[in-house]
Amino acid sequence: MSMQTELPVLSSADFASDQDVRWCPGCGDYSILAQMKKVLAGIGVEREKTVFVSGIGCSSRFPYYMNTYGIHSIHGRAPAFATGLKASRPDLTVWVITGDGDGLSIGGNHLMHAIRRNLDINIVMFNNQIYGLTKGQYSPTSPLGKVTKSTPMGAIDNPLHPLSIAIGCEGTFVARTIDMNIKHLAATLRRAADHRGTAFIEVYQNCNVFNDGAFSYATDRNTKADTVIELEHGRPLIFGKNREKGIRLNGMEPEVVELGKGITEDDLLFHDEKAPEPSLAYLLSRMRYPEFPEPIGVFRAVDRPRYDQMLNDQIAKAREQQGEGDLQALIHSGETWSVS
Amino acid sequence: MSATSDVRKPVVTIDEATIRFCGDSGDGMQLAGKQLTDTSALFGNDVATFPDFPAEIRAPRGTKAGVSGFQIHIASRDIHTPGDEVDALVAMNPAALVTNLSDLVDRGVVIVDKDAFNKKGLALAKLQTNPLDDGTLDGYTVFPVEITKLTRLAVEDCGLSSMKERDRCRNFYAMGLVYWLYDRSLDQTQRYIEEKFGKRPSVADANRNALIAGYNYGETTEAFISQYHVPQAKLPAGTYRNITGNEALAWGAIAAAQLSGCELFYGSYPITPASDILHEVTKHKNFGVRTFQAEDEIAAVCASIGAAFGGAMAMTGTSGPGICLKGEALGLAVILELPLVIINVQRGGPSTGLPTKTEQSDLLQAMFGRNGESPMPVIAASGPADCFDTMLEAWRIAVTYMTPVILLSDGYIASGAEPWRLPDVSELKKIFVQHPEPPTNGQTFEPYARDERMARPWALPGTPGLMHRIGGLEKQDLTGDVCYDPDNHQHMTDLRAAKVAGIADDIPPQEVEGVEQGELLVLSWGGTKGACKTAVLRVIDSGGSVAHAHLRYLNPFPANLGELLGRYEKVLIPELNMGQLRMLIRNEFLVDAIGLNKVKGKPFAVSELVAAIEEQI
Ligand code: SF4
Repeated sequence: MSMQTELPVLSSADFASDQDVRWCPGCGDYSILAQMKKVLAGIGVEREKTVFVSGIGCSSRFPYYMNTYGIHSIHGRAPAFATGLKASRPDLTVWVITGDGDGLSIGGNHLMHAIRRNLDINIVMFNNQIYGLTKGQYSPTSPLGKVTKSTPMGAIDNPLHPLSIAIGCEGTFVARTIDMNIKHLAATLRRAADHRGTAFIEVYQNCNVFNDGAFSYATDRNTKADTVIELEHGRPLIFGKNREKGIRLNGMEPEVVELGKGITEDDLLFHDEKAPEPSLAYLLSRMRYPEFPEPIGVFRAVDRPRYDQMLNDQIAKAREQQGEGDLQALIHSGETWSVS
Repeated sequence: MSATSDVRKPVVTIDEATIRFCGDSGDGMQLAGKQLTDTSALFGNDVATFPDFPAEIRAPRGTKAGVSGFQIHIASRDIHTPGDEVDALVAMNPAALVTNLSDLVDRGVVIVDKDAFNKKGLALAKLQTNPLDDGTLDGYTVFPVEITKLTRLAVEDCGLSSMKERDRCRNFYAMGLVYWLYDRSLDQTQRYIEEKFGKRPSVADANRNALIAGYNYGETTEAFISQYHVPQAKLPAGTYRNITGNEALAWGAIAAAQLSGCELFYGSYPITPASDILHEVTKHKNFGVRTFQAEDEIAAVCASIGAAFGGAMAMTGTSGPGICLKGEALGLAVILELPLVIINVQRGGPSTGLPTKTEQSDLLQAMFGRNGESPMPVIAASGPADCFDTMLEAWRIAVTYMTPVILLSDGYIASGAEPWRLPDVSELKKIFVQHPEPPTNGQTFEPYARDERMARPWALPGTPGLMHRIGGLEKQDLTGDVCYDPDNHQHMTDLRAAKVAGIADDIPPQEVEGVEQGELLVLSWGGTKGACKTAVLRVIDSGGSVAHAHLRYLNPFPANLGELLGRYEKVLIPELNMGQLRMLIRNEFLVDAIGLNKVKGKPFAVSELVAAIEEQI
């Protein structure tokens, strides 16, 4: 490369590829794309060192719209592609874009193993509780009873909770955010980018064509204060228009309480994203509307050795102990004999 | 016959011998066979082996289902097969004896552990009478030896705590006896014992004592009248080692990575009979080798493609059932036009089939086992040592043409061993890999532009200015953008096909052994090479007009193959499948080839090939 001058400051627009974005007008994906470009520009990442990997589905078109390296792979397998890439190229920043169908149905196995290996990658799951690209079948996160093209009498599959799964796989960074809440979305992406290890983010994403309003309770100006609770590390769990309600632990169960009348902030559950045990994060991931406000923010952010780092450490160690591999010596090792 | 001294028994010199150890899968028969192989190879014989073991790790002891065998052919000349018939059979129990006896030559040697032919052993083998005295062994040279009892005696003072541990030395006793019978040195196996069990002195002592006791038994007991000696073979000059197919693939991959300046990434999921490749590759991390034991076959190939995108020498290995699972990702690799080597160590199918037995029935799967028009080069190794060169060639084709390449091996090659004349690494040809540099004049990068071989550029993430996106949707020519245009799809389909077909200009022309034209050509591929070659040479020796061509390149075929086939009145294609190469040959060249086909989980015997050839001429 030529002259080493200072790094150019990139704008959000520099992260846009030359491809027309083809999601349906009004789709929540647009907002996630916009925030991603903004965040990456903001934290000064190098486009050529960044790779977006996706599977199949509406969300998986994402890499085409980013002016970075990208692989639009096959259904459900993006975490596996990302694993091979990151393990062999630890210098790259790798983002996986997936959806609820891609990540939890056909690709559930890969998602689970990527998270448990804790490679230094970021996985963003666009959860719209529907199959969009195939035009409206129920997904593994669709609620029981959901009427769709493939479930005219209602879905009879119990839904999966993406964050419970990520936590069950010992995820080291687990967070939730919402497409419409762009400030929170940007902040969450930034946190994920900073995390060393697998960052898993669930984004509530509105599919306005096949499942419009699935998360309206969480985005509606009038209700969101009561239906969403923003997690902050070290802070009590408080919500409500006037911050008048909180979450308290009653034995092993969370319960909603009104502040005042003898209940103070100190009685509430304090969020600890760094708790070594994932039980608290799991409990939070189980809080569902309408019984509870649904938590958004970082559920868990802990440190654990990373697969890519350990793999490359082993290589360094082998080289240190055995010396750089010598092919001639390898081939001639062990029992050989000569014929003259 | 030459008696060397008064004390020593006479030694009969023979050209070759085929010996088979068989016993329970817990009896250490594979180890015994491997030791005899290494010892004989070190001595300077040519060797070829055929390990044959059950799919169950520990089938019920003493039953026919649990019989494990290892056959080794040692010779003082160049040999290519582990031998059709067995000259000496060592059977550790009744089940092993009765399941293997039919392969023994008339008057062949049978050594049995007499102690195992008790009521219990006979019952486990479901035998009503004792084959040692019911006439079953009439016509053979039988040596009933109290192997269990004599082993126990030999290891008595070694400090092994249990009878079970003592009985575990029986295979060394049997080995010792065979070493004496075939005039082998104990040195190599003693070194092995030291290396393997040195940390457990009582086990090392016991195995050593058993080995020596077995040897001495042969020398002292009156039962054995003479020894056999198979002199050194006149192999081409050089340094040799024994190698199995799976080892050679692993080392070939490490070599290919070095020769191309790439780092090896091997994504794999454990599967018989391919797992040993993973075991071997992962030992050599100091070569910068990365191995990834994936959560499943799909992840193994997908991670490898991810690594290929990043610039690694990416490889995934499996057997037929694993290829089924990888199919979709292989189609992606075709459209992404990234280099990748896919190893299929074939085994008996369909489905789980015969996991530990050999077969060649995945050729059509390799050719066509993907959706859409999805051409992929296919090459096949012909024997254990050839796996090394075939791997270098697979990677050369993959990077030269930017394409996934399927390398076919099989269970017989994978675990069979033969002497390998070691290449001088400095003389191995470099494999040329080029990655585009950052653009200097602001031109836009075209990820699907092509060079003179129609290969697209391998631009690596990390390179400024070359950011591009690839994926499974149809590509626009040159730009690589998603494109649904009908004419473009036709064009890209044609391009991908022409690129693979063009490899024919870059591979050696097909050679033949035997008459240049005439009555019959035997056309083979893969692990049957040794048997076919031996059979053809035998027929030629007895005056038959026949030739042999062995294919390494199955897609595309060598450019001269059609012309070559036309020079013979008949073409015979022996395959361990129901006629897959034959179907391809008939389709491509309209040649009415004749098939010799079997799927019995066993390689061809030379005799059955000779019979089939003679029937045609
Ligand atoms: S179908 Fe739904 S998820 Fe897909 S692009 Fe349209 S609105 Fe978005």
